[in-house]
Amino acid sequence: MLDKKINHPLHVKENSKISFSEATLAKAKQIIARYPAGREKSALLPLLHIAQEEFEGYLSADVMDYVASLLNIQPIEVYEVATFYSQYYLEKVGKNVIEICRTGPCAICGGEAIQAYLEKKLAIKTGETTPDGLFTLKAVECLGACGSAPVMQINTEFYEFLTKEKIDSILADLTLKAKEDKPEKSLWKEKFF
Amino acid sequence: MERKILLNNIAVPGIRTFEVFRSTGGYLSVEKALKEMTPDEVVEEVKMSGLRGRGGAGFPAGMKWSFIDKKSGNPRYLICNADESEPGTFKDRYLMEKIPHLLIEGMICSCYALGANTGYIYVRGEYKYIIGILNEALRETYAAGFLGTNILGTGYNLDIIVHSGAGAYICGEETALIESLEGKRGNPRIKPPFPAVVGLYGCPTVVNNVETLANIGYIVNNGGNEYAQYGVGKSTGTKLISACGNINHPGVYEIEFGLTVREFLFDEKYCGGIKDGRKLKAVIAGGSSVPILPGELILKTAAGEERLMTYESLAEGGFVSGTMLGSGGFIVFDEDACIVRNTWNLARFYHHESCGQCSPCREGTGWMESVLHRIENGQGRSKDIDLLVSIASKIEGNTICPLGDAAAWPIASAIRHFRHEFEEHIQNPEQCSLHRMEEFENLKI
Ligand SMILES: Cc1cc2nc3c(=O)[nH]c(=O)nc-3n(C[C@H](O)[C@H](O)[C@H](O)COP(=O)(O)O)c2cc1C
Ligand code: SF4
Ligand code: FES
Repeated sequence: MLDKKINHPLHVKENSKISFSEATLAKAKQIIARYPAGREKSALLPLLHIAQEEFEGYLSADVMDYVASLLNIQPIEVYEVATFYSQYYLEKVGKNVIEICRTGPCAICGGEAIQAYLEKKLAIKTGETTPDGLFTLKAVECLGACGSAPVMQINTEFYEFLTKEKIDSILADLTLKAKEDKPEKSLWKEKFF
Repeated sequence: MERKILLNNIAVPGIRTFEVFRSTGGYLSVEKALKEMTPDEVVEEVKMSGLRGRGGAGFPAGMKWSFIDKKSGNPRYLICNADESEPGTFKDRYLMEKIPHLLIEGMICSCYALGANTGYIYVRGEYKYIIGILNEALRETYAAGFLGTNILGTGYNLDIIVHSGAGAYICGEETALIESLEGKRGNPRIKPPFPAVVGLYGCPTVVNNVETLANIGYIVNNGGNEYAQYGVGKSTGTKLISACGNINHPGVYEIEFGLTVREFLFDEKYCGGIKDGRKLKAVIAGGSSVPILPGELILKTAAGEERLMTYESLAEGGFVSGTMLGSGGFIVFDEDACIVRNTWNLARFYHHESCGQCSPCREGTGWMESVLHRIENGQGRSKDIDLLVSIASKIEGNTICPLGDAAAWPIASAIRHFRHEFEEHIQNPEQCSLHRMEEFENLKI
């Protein structure tokens, strides 16, 4: 968490055009209303998840400023949260973010080999995005699925008991879906709130 | 020993739905508690049950509840800790995925006992689909009149809200969780004051683990004494153990306290022995934060007694030759596993997850990671082992929250029991076939 740096100047853009769609805004208001009056800031983590989904999969400074305005808090309060949690991305990511578990229990069951295979297959290093913008590969800590090691998560889906063959078919499948412009992404705001 | 409390109905088709869950006797405890018992009577039964927190520390649940400040006049809160990020632990996920109403039922009784009108379930952000399952289950529970205003006509009001984290192990620590729920970075608070006095929004708050709360329905229905018939000594009831690593049947098992470690590890009903006929090398018995033990010491105590799956037996021998039950994340290593590499891996985990507030933890975890990394990569120096022991001892006990200890223990214990492996890595780095990335390609997949 500490190695995450915010790479844009901390500024509030005047007249930023960013805003949620009507439906998302309604959802956001519903989420904010769940917390006691005066404690609206509690909605920050859920709102950032939604914002990330709505705006190209990552949190730009403008997006964070917009979320701050929704909650009536200072932009810095959003930046300090966005930089702390590993599920918030501060830079553009690929259409599919592959999060491979690198922690002990997965590692002793071949997780490192799967990570190496993914790097080879996608021809990128962990942390990078493929030139076609289809895949970003990230290494994450224990996903709470160690009984099905090795494990990875892509968007909201878990993929378990990974083998090279499984990786081949998952990647082929996602590539095909992307070409047909059917992103695999399950929508947070629809499914989970 | 086959008695279960939590997972008896796990195989009933449709048990995830309110209707089926209810038909198996679900939510009877809510009717009983709200209509026939006072809140204090519920607390009393939980005290009598001997139920201990299942999140890792094993603190008696009833006692924790009795600390809640009732005098302040402020609202009280119950938070269910569903952050489950301790490496090796995946039991709460299983429970919430398969039988979410068991948690909700337990939470309603618990909130009633505490005098809380709002309960939160803080779910780690990676369990997105679980959030969906919980919200669906809550919708059903509201519709059936077991949540909301004037529940079952008793005048008791309760809302339960699911809240998502966003990827931070430290948010499992109860005060970091509270900060996070308030929309802030997950920086643990200095204790005291404890959450039971100053918790969420400055109000009295109890934080309990998913599994702890899932037990409450049974206790209300059957009484604390009946619950205490399960298990042995101060380890009452059952425990969900999530077993993983190099075993034949990884998965979540509900065991009655008192089962031998040997039976759990080798019986076909449970782990089913070590994979591919290999030999047992070591076990981390309670999630990555507890001391690792070599095979001989996990099966038998230093005094030569069979070790049992209980809080007490696993801790027998203290940190010299024992470990802890922790969260019940049971990680098994076969003879080919490299202890040095695994220790480095865990050191990297704790370094990554340190919130950075205290210097011993922030700096110490980083130093331990880099020293272990150089040992694993064949650049270790002879003084490195003692250096690691020294860093670990300087972190332990000197930090705001127990993450510092949790980072120090795995390293100190790995060196205590496997010092020779560290020495070999330093003297003869080529011997460990594992540390060259290219070779991973052909390992075990
Ligand atoms: C670094 C750290 C991480 C923790 N993670 C969790 C967790 O993921 N789930 C959990 O229930 N408890 C976790 N705990 C323990 C909680 O602080 C707290 O003791 C627990 O939720 C209390 O519930 P219980 O008494 O029912 O066990 C963690 C503690 C620490 C220090
Ligand atoms: S011990 Fe580590 S994680 Fe805990 S408060 Fe201090 S720096 Fe943060
Ligand atoms: S270590 Fe990979 S899911 Fe737990």
